[in-house]
Amino acid sequence: METVFWSRLQFAMTAAYHWLFVPLTLGLALIMAIMETLYVVKGDDFWKKTAKFWMKVFAINFAVGIATGLILEFEFGTNWSNYSWFVGDMFGAPLAIEGILAFFMEATFFAVMFFGWHKVSKRFHLASTWLTGIGATISAYWILVANGWMQNPVGTTFNPDTVRSEMASAQAFWEVVTNPVAVSKFFHSVTSGWVTGGVFVVAVSGWYLLKKRETEFARKSMLVGAVVGLVGSAAVMLSGDSSGVHAAEFQPMKLAAAEGLEDGGPRAAFTIVPGIKIPGMLSILATHDIDGFVPGINDILNGYVDKDGNTIPSVAEKMERGRQALDALTVYREFRESNPDSAAVAKAILDENVQYMGYGHLEKPEDVIPPVGIVFWAFRGMIGLGMLMALLLLLAFIFAWKDRLENKKWFFIAALVCIPLVYICGQCGWIVAEVGRQPWTIQGLLPVNVAISSLSAGAVKTTFFLFLAIFALFLAIEIRILVRAIGKGPQITED
Amino acid sequence: MTFEFLQNYWWILIALLGGLLVALMFVQGANVQLLNNRLDDTQKRMVLNATGRKWELTFTTLVTFGGAFFASFPLFYSTSFGGAYWVWMLLLVTFVFQAVSYEFYAKKGNLLGMKSFRIALKANGILAPFLVGTAVGTFFTGSGFTVDKAAIANPSSPIISTWASPWHGLEALGQWHAVLLGLTLVFLAVILGALYVLHVVDEHAVRKEMRRTLQIAVIPFLLLFAAWFIVLMLRDGYTVDSDGTVSMESYKYLQNLLEQPVVMAMFAAGVLLLLTGLYLGIFTKRRRGFWFAAPGAILVVMGVFFLAGFHDTPYYPSNIDLQSSLTIRNSSSSYFTLLVMFWVSMLIPFVVAYIAYAWRAMDKWKITRHEIEKTENKY
Repeated sequence: METVFWSRLQFAMTAAYHWLFVPLTLGLALIMAIMETLYVVKGDDFWKKTAKFWMKVFAINFAVGIATGLILEFEFGTNWSNYSWFVGDMFGAPLAIEGILAFFMEATFFAVMFFGWHKVSKRFHLASTWLTGIGATISAYWILVANGWMQNPVGTTFNPDTVRSEMASAQAFWEVVTNPVAVSKFFHSVTSGWVTGGVFVVAVSGWYLLKKRETEFARKSMLVGAVVGLVGSAAVMLSGDSSGVHAAEFQPMKLAAAEGLEDGGPRAAFTIVPGIKIPGMLSILATHDIDGFVPGINDILNGYVDKDGNTIPSVAEKMERGRQALDALTVYREFRESNPDSAAVAKAILDENVQYMGYGHLEKPEDVIPPVGIVFWAFRGMIGLGMLMALLLLLAFIFAWKDRLENKKWFFIAALVCIPLVYICGQCGWIVAEVGRQPWTIQGLLPVNVAISSLSAGAVKTTFFLFLAIFALFLAIEIRILVRAIGKGPQITED
Repeated sequence: MTFEFLQNYWWILIALLGGLLVALMFVQGANVQLLNNRLDDTQKRMVLNATGRKWELTFTTLVTFGGAFFASFPLFYSTSFGGAYWVWMLLLVTFVFQAVSYEFYAKKGNLLGMKSFRIALKANGILAPFLVGTAVGTFFTGSGFTVDKAAIANPSSPIISTWASPWHGLEALGQWHAVLLGLTLVFLAVILGALYVLHVVDEHAVRKEMRRTLQIAVIPFLLLFAAWFIVLMLRDGYTVDSDGTVSMESYKYLQNLLEQPVVMAMFAAGVLLLLTGLYLGIFTKRRRGFWFAAPGAILVVMGVFFLAGFHDTPYYPSNIDLQSSLTIRNSSSSYFTLLVMFWVSMLIPFVVAYIAYAWRAMDKWKITRHEIEKTENKY
């Protein structure tokens, strides 16, 4: 079990760290592409210098994101060996497609964008800037198709001969690509990147205004940042709503944990903080119906009838049926060549119970409950900070649009405080998504304890601390370099 | 389309990606020039800027190679990555440092100083081709692992692939035949790197130094490659019969070569192209040797993958349990996954086309001392 713990911790650390760099990449890509478009359309050199400054910031941030992406890809194999075989047939394809369709686009056009100012035409350069961002966004789509499939494994059947989940048909791939969980995750994650980029640009611009430097650059950057961030905020809220509905439908335990809901029911209340509730609100959010039944943790453990009238068995029953499936799998594999009749009987039992096979690996029913406290507070952190960011961006937009940035010291300081907060907001979102689905690597199919590699805990601990040291070092360097680059500024002498 | 066709098709694509990865390791090979004290600092920066515009392509090819292997032959991914843990982790760490070094090394406030990041680039320059080469070398020597797919139903030990050696991959360093291939790749990368720098850097002294590098590297490269190849032709190999049973066979890889004329032709053409590139670089003033040597490297590497995986050969043999060996047939994804990815792969020519277009547009302008000393946007 120790290996499971350290493997999880290592993957969680890598994923969380990766998500420190990706949102800014997604957000800045759009912001600087808009700025360069303004340069090309208006022919105003000011926008070229402005875009170039944010590109410099983008480049500093970009490298660590790429590096940590490779670590994540490798860790699926190195630390989650059983996982890689069990679902590689479903999960590998989006990763490969991401490489073919997105990474090459990013890599190729990033080099043109960064080095090509005097080497290629204005329009080719502009196209390269957009394509760098589009590549990053396509990349996000495919990795979230993979992640969405882990949350809601559609289009798959278990094959006892190969002992893995396989793509059921060519059409099933379409189901995987259009998985509603993946689609809303994509919009939620990418547009939250726009919010991060927006808040970052607003805050850095505010710092220049606080220092009374680069005022024109700062005001116009703030305006572009605020617009992108506000559009992002609106889209985050919309996609967040559908994420809630999907959680209720496909991962009710995650929703119950996020709400700390022990006993559910119709007209379930939404908890703002412990002690303050809005009656019926959770039912509305989760089912878009005030009378919609939302199961609590105990309902899921003990079995319940869902909002569509289906009887959901208790976890104990699912575990029992899961064990029958696992036993039948063993018998089937033992006799499939020597005794086809016995194998056929075993196969029938397997088919009948296969949907609960993952539960057969659990030790006790309570294993299906994720750490409620972490998920509950992360959920509140995400929503609360997300609303705060929207407010900040709205104010930034109004102030920059109306040119009322004089004497707004309080606002500039608040914006700087929001830089760490917007990152915490994004991290909280991923904690809800990933901690909330414990113990499953693949929802209902494969729990973490059987997904790992055959490694000693010591080996994984060693690499965990190695990566911890590397990540801390890179973060310290990145922040120092960013701070210096920002301190130096765009050096536009229009003041 | 049959399942067998799709499995073969994906093995060919894996081989192609492997070939592209090795060819693009000119980035690593050129960075070894940072060890060359005959180059002054500006000249070293010219080399760094030559590779700095291309490193992401190499990196991306590595990611795609990994992703494609995962998607098309997941049992290799789960067995090798989870088993040869330290080899893959070491490779990972060198690439992670490389990825940030370009951006960080010349920046003020980088904490470690310029020298440390250059050390990281040099380490990646040598270790990356060495580790990749040695790992591919084990396709012929075998590794110590077992695969038991039924294990997943066993609550006490549910892991399907297990690695026998506690060294988790580092024991491959004791397999001298695999190490020979690793060393061969290091020198190949150095050669490709020198040819690339010769092609894109406009500075007489740098070009002269690259030609000198070629003269020095060509002998060990040819000797190591020949030694590895001859041993391969003479050694016992792994073979799989029609019912999937794996056994040992004398001169297996020699037979694979002789009985697959296409592979023989690929080897011959690849070696010829490589030698042409070397000839142009060493004996003439021409600077286009890279465009012969790189396709040559791709063909040779593809030939190596074909020798390893086609003609009833387990490409990832287990030397402790023959029946656990991985073949193209027993380790692949399902029919539908390979089929879907087959259609996606039809986009590859489009990807290659835009890379080629951008590459040409950028490399039209050679790297000069003036650019390094006077302009911004450089590494």
